[in-house]
Amino acid sequence: MAGHEKVDVLIIGSGASGAAVAWSLAETRMRILCLEQGDWIKSTDFPANRRDWEARRYTDFDILPNRRGRATDYPVNDDNSLMKIANFNGVGGGTVIYTAHWPRMHPSDFRVKSLDGVADDWPIDYWALERFYEENDRMMGASGLAGDPGVPPRHPPMPPIPLGKTGTRYAQAMNRLGWHWWPSDTTVATAEYEGRSRCINLGHCTPGCAQGAKASTDITYWPLAIRAGVELRTRCRVREITTDERGMAAGAIYYDGEGREQFQPAEVVIVACNGVGTPRLLLNSASARFPNGLANSSGLVGKNLMLHPWPIVSGYVDEPLDGGRGPITSLWSKEFYETDRARGFVRGYTLQFGRGTGPANQAIMGAAAGHLPWGRDHHRVYRELIDRRVNIGVACEDLPEEHNRVTLDRVLKDSHGIPAPKIDYTISENSHRMMEHGIARAEEILTAAGATRLYCSRTALNYPGHLLGTARMGTDPERSVVNEWGRCHDVKNLFIVDGSIWVTSGGVNPTSTIQALALYVADQMKQRLANLFD
Amino acid sequence: MSNDSLAGLSADEVRHLGDVAGAMVPADGAWGVPGADDAAILSDIVQSLGHDVPLVRQALGEIAAKAGGAFATLDRDRREKLINEAYAGRSAAMVALGRVVVAAYYRDDRVLMALKFEPRPPFPEGYALEQGDWSLLDAVRNRPPFWRDDRGTSAGER
Repeated sequence: MAGHEKVDVLIIGSGASGAAVAWSLAETRMRILCLEQGDWIKSTDFPANRRDWEARRYTDFDILPNRRGRATDYPVNDDNSLMKIANFNGVGGGTVIYTAHWPRMHPSDFRVKSLDGVADDWPIDYWALERFYEENDRMMGASGLAGDPGVPPRHPPMPPIPLGKTGTRYAQAMNRLGWHWWPSDTTVATAEYEGRSRCINLGHCTPGCAQGAKASTDITYWPLAIRAGVELRTRCRVREITTDERGMAAGAIYYDGEGREQFQPAEVVIVACNGVGTPRLLLNSASARFPNGLANSSGLVGKNLMLHPWPIVSGYVDEPLDGGRGPITSLWSKEFYETDRARGFVRGYTLQFGRGTGPANQAIMGAAAGHLPWGRDHHRVYRELIDRRVNIGVACEDLPEEHNRVTLDRVLKDSHGIPAPKIDYTISENSHRMMEHGIARAEEILTAAGATRLYCSRTALNYPGHLLGTARMGTDPERSVVNEWGRCHDVKNLFIVDGSIWVTSGGVNPTSTIQALALYVADQMKQRLANLFD
Repeated sequence: MSNDSLAGLSADEVRHLGDVAGAMVPADGAWGVPGADDAAILSDIVQSLGHDVPLVRQALGEIAAKAGGAFATLDRDRREKLINEAYAGRSAAMVALGRVVVAAYYRDDRVLMALKFEPRPPFPEGYALEQGDWSLLDAVRNRPPFWRDDRGTSAGER
């Protein structure tokens, strides 16, 4: 096994959190190395460059690794989960293939036990993260509109994505109902920003942005971090974190691009592999000293997986809109976000209003919903549907339950022979009630918008799976994996900065908060450099 | 390239796929569009199957079985009925078959032009997205803050 010179900080994973923590720590002038199992993705690789751009959402730019099947992916056994696992393995991680929707958690999300008597409070609050949210908005380049009465004050540096015909139609319906709506915050550049070109409306943002208008960390944090001296090694798949005789992390064993086993020693190890990859790595790092997996004396590594149930309600209006010719993100509504026990459940959800998609995906979704027949009627019905699709996602808060978990599959392995993750996940009764409430409201909205042929997909194809909660933070080592600033209780030079450390999930897309947390943890580390391991 | 080597489907399977695709999305002179069994479109379907080959093969097998092995001899009505019934179950195999057929069909120049879409990829030209009616937001701007402030003060007091 080849060896390398010891680094001060080893970061595993270059996605949303790994990039943010690397950039933040770079100012310390420590020697920082990041190992990433995937590749750099070039702008010319993205689907919008080619005529088959829509089909590639289901092939090499699918959000689901099991369908995507790149050489850099690892398999996931999610047979025992209605919701499938989404991720991307490459520089930028999941930010390469996210929708760029950019809501923050609400203050109440950090206080669910105190306010609503469920789950646990976080050991930190919204206000501890506020300045890191702001810093991250500047680094990623957020677009949006200040003044939203549904969320705490924030200051997106760019104006929002245009309403367009679709957003206008939704807004009219929401005003008719008297319900809150606001243009979504996104990380789509609506103006020239820090070297990024503005959005030119290439259609669905999820499978990557050829224009570079969508913020992914390969084009935001990483160029700055590398310029500041951070080293990023691609095609390096980490098998395990090793420990020394004192029980401290010693470094990581990984396979390089040629499949050779390597060892990278480090003073500090930071894990940023997402809510499935991180518990997988910790469980694969079991040793005589840590027989149940590294940092797992609580037994909670892999448990409390939260995936965000996300039903989608769709319909068709009577005029052509602008689907497929603009970002899919449009509006959000916080009308039903905060707890109202009269609804029959606790916590709440964001309504996320989507623009339609291109001609092929409209056919795919029309057929899947049973609206588009096969045979001689196909063309007539297609022309009734084309460009008229509207849809609302119900982004439900998913509460932590220990039986929802990531373990190691006894049979399935990746191409290097490393045991793959196995997912066991069910949707809770509270979530079911929340979903049905949200579905009914979405149907009311779409009806008010004049839509017909309503259809609901309760576990929608190609929607998250966000990956949260599997190495939760807390002050009690028996009830949490990391402390209130991201350091593992059991291993004092091992940190976790990804969505694993979330205590609860909120009802929002998580990337903004994942990165704010990573910047917060990095800041805490910088403040404690002299006594980081005490 | 022989059909035998196309993405793992045999020549017989490709012929069967053509029959099925043509029944799913038939040519229609009134709309001025080819069918999905058009030679160029069928070739595109076959070449883009990738890792969907096993599911598509399974779907073709299910359709063949329902047709008693004689799908090609059925009349148009019976073909369409059989396919719509098979698809109604939304099996992974049938959904994959539908997806690969329309994904290739709705990127064909002739089809897109008949629909008045430009036959090009989105990049680098992009599209125009109108601003829409921002005055609609006035109704919301006047609403007091309603997010829950966990610090014991109302949002409006901050």
